[in-house]
Amino acid sequence: MAELLRTHPLEAWTDTFAALPAAVGITVEPFVAMADVRLGALAPDESARLGVDLPRTPNTWVPAGDGRAVWLGPDEWLLTSTAETPEELEDRLRAVLVPHGGAAVDVSAQRVSLRLTGERVRDVLARGCALDLHPRVFRRGACAQTTLGLAGVVLLALSDDGSDHGVLVRSSFAGYLADWLLDAALEFTTTEQ
Amino acid sequence: MQLIACPWCGPREEVEFSYGGQAHVPHPAAPADLNDEEWAHYVFFRANPKGRFAERWNHSAGCRRWFNAVRDTATYRFEAVYRLDDPRPVTP
Repeated sequence: MAELLRTHPLEAWTDTFAALPAAVGITVEPFVAMADVRLGALAPDESARLGVDLPRTPNTWVPAGDGRAVWLGPDEWLLTSTAETPEELEDRLRAVLVPHGGAAVDVSAQRVSLRLTGERVRDVLARGCALDLHPRVFRRGACAQTTLGLAGVVLLALSDDGSDHGVLVRSSFAGYLADWLLDAALEFTTTEQ
Repeated sequence: MQLIACPWCGPREEVEFSYGGQAHVPHPAAPADLNDEEWAHYVFFRANPKGRFAERWNHSAGCRRWFNAVRDTATYRFEAVYRLDDPRPVTP
Protein backbone atom coordinates (compact mmCIF):
# COMPACT_ATOMS: atom_id res chain seq x y z
CA MET A 1 0.00 0.00 0.00
CA ALA A 2 1.32 3.42 -0.86
CA GLU A 3 2.41 5.57 2.01
CA LEU A 4 0.24 8.63 2.54
CA LEU A 5 2.42 11.70 2.86
CA ARG A 6 1.16 14.90 4.40
CA THR A 7 1.01 17.62 1.77
CA HIS A 8 1.40 21.22 2.79
CA PRO A 9 -1.65 23.28 1.80
CA LEU A 10 0.65 26.03 0.50
CA GLU A 11 2.92 23.77 -1.55
CA ALA A 12 1.61 25.32 -4.77
CA TRP A 13 2.58 28.83 -3.60
CA THR A 14 6.20 28.21 -2.55
CA ASP A 15 7.72 29.19 -5.92
CA THR A 16 5.66 32.40 -6.05
CA PHE A 17 6.69 33.26 -2.52
CA ALA A 18 10.35 32.57 -3.33
CA ALA A 19 10.23 35.12 -6.16
CA LEU A 20 9.11 37.95 -3.87
CA PRO A 21 11.58 40.75 -3.11
CA ALA A 22 13.19 40.88 0.33
CA ALA A 23 11.09 43.86 1.43
CA VAL A 24 7.96 41.71 1.46
CA GLY A 25 9.38 38.23 2.03
CA ILE A 26 6.88 35.45 2.65
CA THR A 27 8.10 32.03 3.73
CA VAL A 28 6.10 28.89 4.35
CA GLU A 29 7.37 27.40 7.59
CA PRO A 30 7.64 23.63 8.02
CA PHE A 31 5.06 21.79 10.09
CA VAL A 32 5.56 21.98 13.83
CA ALA A 33 3.84 20.14 16.65
CA MET A 34 1.15 22.26 18.29
CA ALA A 35 -0.98 21.58 21.32
CA ASP A 36 -3.88 23.54 22.75
CA VAL A 37 -3.55 23.77 26.53
CA ARG A 38 -6.48 24.54 28.83
CA LEU A 39 -5.65 25.21 32.45
CA GLY A 40 -7.07 27.31 35.26
CA ALA A 41 -4.16 27.74 37.64
CA LEU A 42 -0.71 26.22 37.78
CA ALA A 43 1.73 26.14 40.68
CA PRO A 44 5.27 27.46 39.99
CA ASP A 45 6.87 24.02 40.37
CA GLU A 46 4.45 22.64 37.80
CA SER A 47 5.47 25.42 35.42
CA ALA A 48 9.02 24.11 35.76
CA ARG A 49 7.88 20.58 34.88
CA LEU A 50 5.99 21.99 31.92
CA GLY A 51 9.24 23.62 30.80
CA VAL A 52 7.66 27.04 30.34
CA ASP A 53 6.13 29.79 32.43
CA LEU A 54 2.84 30.20 30.57
CA PRO A 55 2.28 33.89 29.79
CA ARG A 56 -0.51 35.42 31.88
CA THR A 57 -0.49 38.76 30.07
CA PRO A 58 -3.08 38.77 27.27
CA ASN A 59 -1.74 38.79 23.72
CA THR A 60 1.83 37.79 24.48
CA TRP A 61 4.00 34.80 23.64
CA VAL A 62 7.19 33.46 25.17
CA PRO A 63 9.82 31.06 23.83
CA ALA A 64 9.27 27.57 25.24
CA GLY A 65 12.27 25.34 24.69
CA ASP A 66 12.43 24.77 20.94
CA GLY A 67 8.96 26.20 20.38
CA ARG A 68 6.64 28.89 21.68
CA ALA A 69 3.88 29.33 24.22
CA VAL A 70 1.22 31.66 22.83
CA TRP A 71 -1.56 33.22 24.93
CA LEU A 72 -4.93 32.40 23.37
CA GLY A 73 -7.18 33.19 26.30
CA PRO A 74 -7.14 33.60 30.09
CA ASP A 75 -7.08 29.81 30.50
CA GLU A 76 -5.91 28.74 27.05
CA TRP A 77 -2.50 28.57 25.39
CA LEU A 78 -0.98 27.25 22.20
CA LEU A 79 2.28 25.38 22.74
CA THR A 80 4.47 24.55 19.78
CA SER A 81 7.54 22.40 19.46
CA THR A 82 9.85 21.92 16.52
CA ALA A 83 11.72 18.97 18.04
CA GLU A 84 8.91 16.74 19.28
CA THR A 85 6.31 14.86 17.30
CA PRO A 86 2.71 15.90 17.95
CA GLU A 87 2.16 12.70 19.95
CA GLU A 88 5.23 13.30 22.11
CA LEU A 89 4.23 16.90 22.81
CA GLU A 90 0.66 15.95 23.70
CA ASP A 91 1.79 13.09 25.96
CA ARG A 92 4.35 15.24 27.77
CA LEU A 93 1.88 18.06 28.40
CA ARG A 94 -0.90 15.72 29.47
CA ALA A 95 1.34 14.03 32.02
CA VAL A 96 1.84 17.40 33.73
CA LEU A 97 -1.57 19.00 33.21
CA VAL A 98 -4.17 16.29 33.67
CA PRO A 99 -3.51 15.77 37.42
CA HIS A 100 -4.29 19.49 37.85
CA GLY A 101 -7.54 19.42 35.92
CA GLY A 102 -5.95 20.81 32.77
CA ALA A 103 -6.10 19.44 29.27
CA ALA A 104 -3.81 19.28 26.26
CA VAL A 105 -5.08 18.50 22.79
CA ASP A 106 -2.97 18.01 19.70
CA VAL A 107 -3.92 20.69 17.15
CA SER A 108 -0.91 20.33 14.86
CA ALA A 109 -3.12 19.94 11.80
CA GLN A 110 -5.26 22.95 12.65
CA ARG A 111 -2.94 25.74 11.61
CA VAL A 112 -0.06 26.31 9.23
CA SER A 113 2.64 28.84 9.84
CA LEU A 114 3.84 31.62 7.55
CA ARG A 115 6.68 34.01 8.19
CA LEU A 116 6.62 37.55 6.84
CA THR A 117 9.94 39.39 6.77
CA GLY A 118 11.10 42.69 5.34
CA GLU A 119 10.64 46.40 5.93
CA ARG A 120 7.34 46.61 4.03
CA VAL A 121 5.46 43.65 5.55
CA ARG A 122 3.76 45.97 8.02
CA ASP A 123 2.27 47.86 5.08
CA VAL A 124 1.08 44.57 3.61
CA LEU A 125 -0.53 43.51 6.88
CA ALA A 126 -2.11 46.94 7.33
CA ARG A 127 -4.19 46.35 4.20
CA GLY A 128 -6.26 43.74 5.99
CA CYS A 129 -5.67 44.13 9.69
CA ALA A 130 -6.89 47.07 11.75
CA LEU A 131 -4.54 46.52 14.68
CA ASP A 132 -1.66 48.86 15.36
CA LEU A 133 1.36 46.75 14.41
CA HIS A 134 3.92 49.51 14.92
CA PRO A 135 6.92 48.11 16.87
CA ARG A 136 6.17 50.76 19.51
CA VAL A 137 3.27 48.56 20.66
CA PHE A 138 3.71 45.30 18.71
CA ARG A 139 7.26 44.20 19.35
CA ARG A 140 8.87 40.80 19.96
CA GLY A 141 6.81 38.91 22.53
CA ALA A 142 3.48 40.34 21.42
CA CYS A 143 0.81 38.35 19.63
CA ALA A 144 -2.74 38.99 18.50
CA GLN A 145 -5.68 36.92 17.41
CA THR A 146 -7.51 38.91 14.81
CA THR A 147 -8.63 38.85 11.21
CA LEU A 148 -6.34 39.37 8.24
CA GLY A 149 -8.40 39.92 5.14
CA LEU A 150 -11.34 37.68 5.93
CA ALA A 151 -9.35 34.92 7.62
CA GLY A 152 -8.85 34.54 11.34
CA VAL A 153 -5.15 34.48 12.18
CA VAL A 154 -2.74 34.55 15.09
CA LEU A 155 -0.11 37.23 14.49
CA LEU A 156 3.22 36.88 16.28
CA ALA A 157 5.74 39.71 16.51
CA LEU A 158 9.16 38.09 16.15
CA SER A 159 11.39 41.17 16.10
CA ASP A 160 11.64 44.52 17.84
CA ASP A 161 11.72 46.54 14.61
CA GLY A 162 8.46 45.31 13.08
CA SER A 163 10.13 43.56 10.16
CA ASP A 164 9.52 39.96 11.19
CA HIS A 165 6.07 38.49 11.81
CA GLY A 166 4.73 34.98 12.19
CA VAL A 167 1.22 34.26 10.93
CA LEU A 168 -0.68 31.18 12.05
CA VAL A 169 -3.68 30.51 9.85
CA ARG A 170 -6.11 27.62 9.71
CA SER A 171 -5.13 25.13 7.03
CA SER A 172 -8.32 25.50 5.02
CA PHE A 173 -7.87 29.29 4.95
CA ALA A 174 -4.18 29.10 4.00
CA GLY A 175 -4.76 29.22 0.24
CA TYR A 176 -7.08 32.18 0.56
CA LEU A 177 -4.62 34.01 2.80
CA ALA A 178 -1.69 33.25 0.49
CA ASP A 179 -3.57 34.76 -2.46
CA TRP A 180 -4.64 37.70 -0.32
CA LEU A 181 -1.05 38.35 0.82
CA LEU A 182 0.28 38.21 -2.74
CA ASP A 183 -2.40 40.68 -3.83
CA ALA A 184 -1.67 43.00 -0.89
CA ALA A 185 2.05 42.84 -1.62
CA LEU A 186 1.58 43.60 -5.31
CA GLU A 187 2.57 47.27 -5.14
CA PHE A 188 5.84 46.38 -3.42
CA THR A 189 6.76 43.63 -5.89
CA THR A 190 6.74 45.61 -9.12
CA THR A 191 10.16 46.92 -10.10
CA GLU A 192 10.63 50.64 -10.64
CA GLN A 193 11.10 51.76 -14.21
CA MET B 1 -15.72 51.30 12.54
CA GLN B 2 -16.84 51.11 16.14
CA LEU B 3 -14.30 49.71 18.57
CA ILE B 4 -15.37 47.44 21.42
CA ALA B 5 -13.02 47.07 24.39
CA CYS B 6 -12.65 43.35 25.08
CA PRO B 7 -11.80 42.91 28.79
CA TRP B 8 -8.88 40.69 27.77
CA CYS B 9 -7.65 41.96 24.40
CA GLY B 10 -8.42 45.68 24.59
CA PRO B 11 -10.12 47.73 21.89
CA ARG B 12 -10.90 45.72 18.77
CA GLU B 13 -13.11 46.25 15.75
CA GLU B 14 -16.77 45.46 16.07
CA VAL B 15 -16.64 42.74 13.36
CA GLU B 16 -14.54 40.58 15.67
CA PHE B 17 -17.44 40.30 18.12
CA SER B 18 -20.75 38.53 18.16
CA TYR B 19 -23.83 39.44 20.13
CA GLY B 20 -25.25 37.25 22.86
CA GLY B 21 -28.47 38.95 23.97
CA GLN B 22 -29.52 40.25 27.35
CA ALA B 23 -27.16 39.69 30.27
CA HIS B 24 -28.05 38.78 33.85
CA VAL B 25 -31.02 36.55 32.99
CA PRO B 26 -31.18 34.32 36.07
CA HIS B 27 -31.69 30.61 35.56
CA PRO B 28 -34.83 29.49 37.43
CA ALA B 29 -34.03 28.07 40.86
CA ALA B 30 -36.42 25.16 40.32
CA PRO B 31 -36.90 24.69 36.55
CA ALA B 32 -39.04 21.57 36.98
CA ASP B 33 -41.64 23.53 38.94
CA LEU B 34 -42.30 26.06 36.18
CA ASN B 35 -45.37 25.82 34.00
CA ASP B 36 -45.08 26.27 30.24
CA GLU B 37 -45.80 29.98 30.36
CA GLU B 38 -43.18 30.67 33.03
CA TRP B 39 -40.62 28.58 31.13
CA ALA B 40 -41.42 30.44 27.91
CA HIS B 41 -40.85 33.71 29.74
CA TYR B 42 -37.42 32.51 30.89
CA VAL B 43 -36.41 31.17 27.48
CA PHE B 44 -37.84 33.73 25.08
CA PHE B 45 -38.82 36.96 26.81
CA ARG B 46 -36.16 39.65 26.88
CA ALA B 47 -36.09 43.29 27.76
CA ASN B 48 -35.98 45.72 24.85
CA PRO B 49 -35.22 49.09 26.38
CA LYS B 50 -34.39 52.31 24.64
CA GLY B 51 -31.25 53.39 26.44
CA ARG B 52 -28.72 51.50 28.53
CA PHE B 53 -28.93 47.74 28.20
CA ALA B 54 -26.68 45.11 29.78
CA GLU B 55 -25.74 42.60 27.08
CA ARG B 56 -23.55 39.58 26.54
CA TRP B 57 -20.86 39.78 23.87
CA ASN B 58 -18.34 37.26 22.58
CA HIS B 59 -14.95 38.17 21.16
CA SER B 60 -15.35 35.46 18.54
CA ALA B 61 -12.44 36.38 16.24
CA GLY B 62 -10.03 36.99 19.12
CA CYS B 63 -9.85 35.34 22.52
CA ARG B 64 -13.32 33.75 22.09
CA ARG B 65 -14.33 34.77 25.61
CA TRP B 66 -17.76 35.96 26.70
CA PHE B 67 -18.12 39.23 28.54
CA ASN B 68 -20.83 41.70 29.45
CA ALA B 69 -21.26 45.24 28.22
CA VAL B 70 -23.62 48.08 28.98
CA ARG B 71 -24.63 49.61 25.66
CA ASP B 72 -26.97 52.46 24.93
CA THR B 73 -29.40 51.10 22.36
CA ALA B 74 -30.27 54.61 21.17
CA THR B 75 -26.74 55.87 20.55
CA TYR B 76 -24.94 52.50 20.21
CA ARG B 77 -22.31 53.83 22.61
CA PHE B 78 -20.66 51.26 24.89
CA GLU B 79 -20.87 52.69 28.42
CA ALA B 80 -19.02 49.91 30.24
CA VAL B 81 -17.41 46.52 29.62
CA TYR B 82 -17.01 43.99 32.40
CA ARG B 83 -16.35 40.30 32.99
CA LEU B 84 -19.12 37.75 33.39
CA ASP B 85 -18.61 37.29 37.13
CA ASP B 86 -18.66 41.02 37.86
CA PRO B 87 -21.88 42.82 38.82
CA ARG B 88 -23.35 45.35 36.44
CA PRO B 89 -21.42 48.58 36.96
CA VAL B 90 -23.27 51.74 37.81
CA THR B 91 -23.14 53.98 34.76
CA PRO B 92 -23.71 57.71 35.16
